[in-house]
Amino acid sequence: MTSILSVNQVSKTYGSGQRALDHVDLEIRRGEIFALLGPNGAGKTTLISIICGIVTPSSGTILVDGHDAIRSPREARSKIGLVPQEISVDMFSTVESTLRFSRGLFGKGPNDAHLEQVLKDLSLWDKRKAQIRELSGGMKRRVLIAKALSHEPDILFLDEPTAGVDVSLRRDMWKMIGGLRERGTTIILTTHYIEEAEEMADRVGVINKGQLLLVEDKAELMKKLGKRELDLSLADPLEAIPPGLDEWHLSLEDEGHRLRYTFDAQAERTGIPSLLRKLAELGIGFKDLDTSKSSLEDIFVDLVERKDEETVA
Amino acid sequence: MTGVNIHGIWAIYKFEMARTLRTLWQSIVTPVVTTSLYFIVFGMGMGAHIKPIHDIAYGSFIVPGLIMLSLLTQSVANASIGIYFPKFTGTIFELLSAPISAVELVVGYVGAAATKSVVIGLIILATSVLFVPLRVDHPLAMIAFLLLTSIAFSMFGFIIGIWAKGFEQLNVVPALVLTPLTFLGGSFYPLSYLPQPWHTVSLFNPVAYLISGFRWAFFGDVGDIDVRWSLGFTTGFLLLCMGVIWLIFRTGYRLKS
Ligand SMILES: Nc1ncnc2c1ncn2[C@@H]1O[C@H](COP(=O)(O)OP(=O)(O)O)[C@@H](O)[C@H]1O
Ligand SMILES: [Mg+2]
Repeated sequence: MTSILSVNQVSKTYGSGQRALDHVDLEIRRGEIFALLGPNGAGKTTLISIICGIVTPSSGTILVDGHDAIRSPREARSKIGLVPQEISVDMFSTVESTLRFSRGLFGKGPNDAHLEQVLKDLSLWDKRKAQIRELSGGMKRRVLIAKALSHEPDILFLDEPTAGVDVSLRRDMWKMIGGLRERGTTIILTTHYIEEAEEMADRVGVINKGQLLLVEDKAELMKKLGKRELDLSLADPLEAIPPGLDEWHLSLEDEGHRLRYTFDAQAERTGIPSLLRKLAELGIGFKDLDTSKSSLEDIFVDLVERKDEETVA
Repeated sequence: MTGVNIHGIWAIYKFEMARTLRTLWQSIVTPVVTTSLYFIVFGMGMGAHIKPIHDIAYGSFIVPGLIMLSLLTQSVANASIGIYFPKFTGTIFELLSAPISAVELVVGYVGAAATKSVVIGLIILATSVLFVPLRVDHPLAMIAFLLLTSIAFSMFGFIIGIWAKGFEQLNVVPALVLTPLTFLGGSFYPLSYLPQPWHTVSLFNPVAYLISGFRWAFFGDVGDIDVRWSLGFTTGFLLLCMGVIWLIFRTGYRLKS
């Protein structure tokens, strides 16, 4: 697999002294969907802004399809489309004219067929003559996406694409992303919604406090860090967890009606058979049992916490 | 993509011209009405009681100065708002992320602002013919001054637009610098009418050189300053603005964090 984008040792300290990125290394594969996951203030927007040439890095280099983003900005930037986090678009332009503007700005000649396709894909065709200020928030966001697609980028950045977005736009967006991937577009999206990364991405990078904590295939990540939960619905509710069960670190849920055991699915011993034996020994009966995979959310919280502990130690 | 991003320059130019057309009333009609008032009051009204200057009727004498006044204010206002607005609304992200060089960006913005100024200048010129007799001795020089001034001051406006942190700052320079300099630069009188030391002080007013040169293009040698000085100064100012813009983009000043 060849990289279409490589970020090498990129750091950024803003004028205010705020360190937003700390020696970030990242390779993006051609045609993949990559989710950059991190809480607010982690440095996601800063990283994207540096790659797109909006923010100057304090140090480090970026190669976009082999072109140095700082020394050959024209070649590098002509491959990139950006949908920013904030809705920033000229309110007085019409939808159609703002798309033409974007396409021209990126050095492409007029192509009405392409613009028509983009407008239709994003359900904007009927609104093409409307001034952008007349549109709803969701529609404005569609316009931003359409602008980025108007110049046919090889790499598309979506910064928090679904923050505050309604269901129909979310659905259209997934459809659009699916279509883009089929055409070979590389997509990098940032989010602090884990479901989003879980649903769409091929690979996930976790960023916190300016540091890229890990980059993994989503499936690998889930497997590697996937904790499972075993829920036992008790026949009779418990007041407290009996001392004999201490070694399993159980939790009591649902007002004593449910016992939860969290275990590592990858471990040699899950501890389940011994737990069940012990329960029988103590005469605790259960009506039902259920296991569930932990979400990326849990993984993320876990990772960030672990990292914080390391920093403290 | 190699060479010049022609499509990009054209996109910016068209966008800026569309902005002008959207506000056609303020953009074109306002300066025309304002200068017509000047002609009525100073040219036809009071002008009839003022002695001709170098055999030129007073109403005609003030035409070059009035056009310059509009040219300077319009160029600065247009170019400064053109680049300030994207900064203000955040749409500058697209300009910064696009494969468009600083030079191309400036050509688009300054080109559009200067085009508009030239058009307004010509409209005012045409309007003035309705009120006062007029002759143009050196039409090519007139066009050259019109173009040079529009481009130079559009660049100056571009710099102000990048520098400005708020709308007040956008208005400060035109109101507190350009208008006084134009009024004191001999728009309405020959500098020689001023007593000393004000005559000498006026020679430090850069706008005096523009007005004098422009007036030369209309009426020949009636100006206060040799036309070569005027031409030299205008060109010098243009180069200075180019230099400042080059520095701005080299350092990313107030455009990128
Ligand atoms: N222009 C700026 N000037 C100073 N600090 C900034 C600027 N932009 C972002 N920051 C700071 O940098 C850090 C990372 O911000 P950002 O990249 O926006 O994070 P995210 O997109 O992950 O929420 C935050 O602490 C933020 O306050
Ligand atoms: Mg962000």
